Amino acid sequence: MIVAERKPIEEILPWLEGVRSVLVLGCNECVTVCEAGGKKEVGLLASALRMVFAQQGREVNVGERTLERQCDPEYLDELRDSIDAYDAVVSLACGVGIQFTAERYPSKAVYPGVNTCFMGAALERGVWAERCQGCGQCLLALTGAVCPVARCAKRLFNGPCGGSTAGKCEIGPDVECAWQRIIDRLKALGRLADYETLIPVKDWSKDRAGGPRKVVREDVRS
Amino acid sequence: MNAKTPSRLEKILRAGHLAVTSECGPPRGSDIGHLAAKAEAIRRHVDAINVTDNQTSVCRLCSLAACIRLKLMGLEPVLQMVVRDRNRIALQSDILGAASFDIHNILCLSGDHQRFGDHAQGQNVFDLDSMQLLQTVRRMRDEGRFLGGDPIERPPAMFVGAAANPFADPFEIRVPRLAKKIAAGAEFIQTQCIYNVERFERWMQGVRDRGLHEKAFILAGVTPLKSAGMARYMKNKVPGMDVPEEVVKRMAGVPKDRQAEEGIAICIETLQRLKEVPGVAGFHIMAIEWEERVPEIVERAGLAPRPAVA
Repeated sequence: MIVAERKPIEEILPWLEGVRSVLVLGCNECVTVCEAGGKKEVGLLASALRMVFAQQGREVNVGERTLERQCDPEYLDELRDSIDAYDAVVSLACGVGIQFTAERYPSKAVYPGVNTCFMGAALERGVWAERCQGCGQCLLALTGAVCPVARCAKRLFNGPCGGSTAGKCEIGPDVECAWQRIIDRLKALGRLADYETLIPVKDWSKDRAGGPRKVVREDVRS
Repeated sequence: MNAKTPSRLEKILRAGHLAVTSECGPPRGSDIGHLAAKAEAIRRHVDAINVTDNQTSVCRLCSLAACIRLKLMGLEPVLQMVVRDRNRIALQSDILGAASFDIHNILCLSGDHQRFGDHAQGQNVFDLDSMQLLQTVRRMRDEGRFLGGDPIERPPAMFVGAAANPFADPFEIRVPRLAKKIAAGAEFIQTQCIYNVERFERWMQGVRDRGLHEKAFILAGVTPLKSAGMARYMKNKVPGMDVPEEVVKRMAGVPKDRQAEEGIAICIETLQRLKEVPGVAGFHIMAIEWEERVPEIVERAGLAPRPAVA
């Protein structure tokens, strides 16, 4: 899933100076699962905003809504009848949903209510960790299904650097060394000898380095 | 084996001499006089001088400019190049820049993560890794081609080196990792500083078992300790460093004003032990901001005078 974190309200408030109505807009997908931008968080932020506006003596209409997905025009269209009632939208979707909402409603100010962090998964309740950077050319077959692009601080393709200590990365004791994991996996698979195969220079043109990316599937295109 | 490049370091190693290299860190400003003085002080005691590339991610005068200065002084620089800060275009461009001044040695490194330095909020590049940089330099030299495939006029003639850390984890792949670096094109290796000689010997046993010491020249790295505090810091705070407790104790066991001398003595003893390890082709003395002691270390370790080569 796409993992996000809630922005502090102090960062959001200056954007809402002078607005008379604001819609807090959640998303029922990834940000709900990672507890940053689902219905519950929409309610929390909306209540907090109402309190601040009341303290400021401002009359601001704070609306709440959570769409099935903000990254899908079909669901965004559900706002068409109600969005004109608001001066601004604070979207708690990931960066994709925030932009898609703004694209769908070009005259509406849309602000981010979360920081979109990474593609990852929950290690346990309340702990999420990065697993993929969407580099566009998956190498997991070579590395025992542990990604050095997303999980090595130096995205090294050919082994741990000299800073790997007791399974931890040189950048800190809380960070696992991806290459320790890769070696452990290769060993478990009886493929440790594969470590010595040099992974060639990567084609980063399929990564963000190549510019904004698009996937076009003619066979499913309508 | 005939030398493949005009590198003096390569000639010394191929002639079977134990080589001695050292290193200097460039200044945090544009006054290069201090670096020139440090290098001048060790001129007659080392075969080549590494110039570090923004070591520990602290921004400094660039390795390339400092290497050019050493070259113009008639010294033999080793251009250290990390892949942290430059993409394949900049790396190859700087290699050509070095080659245009006939800098004949390069050490290909990953580089410390930027969080250790003074620009922890910076982006890192890592377009290539250190092994891919080795392959790139060898391709530029041996095939006369850029990574992109186009031919190079007057390709770089560089003796190509890599680092090895026998003490990092996981230990079981430390020898395979060296094999991989050699397969990628490394012709000489400079190791992490050695305080745990036994562990280094175990690693060298693995190196010899695979005949890797015959495929690349292994230069064993040492760093003299200045104080018990430095020993403790290296032991506890520097990732991938193995300082045994008895070394820390030995340093702490002498009065503060004599700890520096004890550190030099340990360094010389280490070099003498390392001279007996089969497969060691030379030494890399990293005297951090203590270059003035290198001549004495070289002499007392029985490594002076340095051989002359044509």
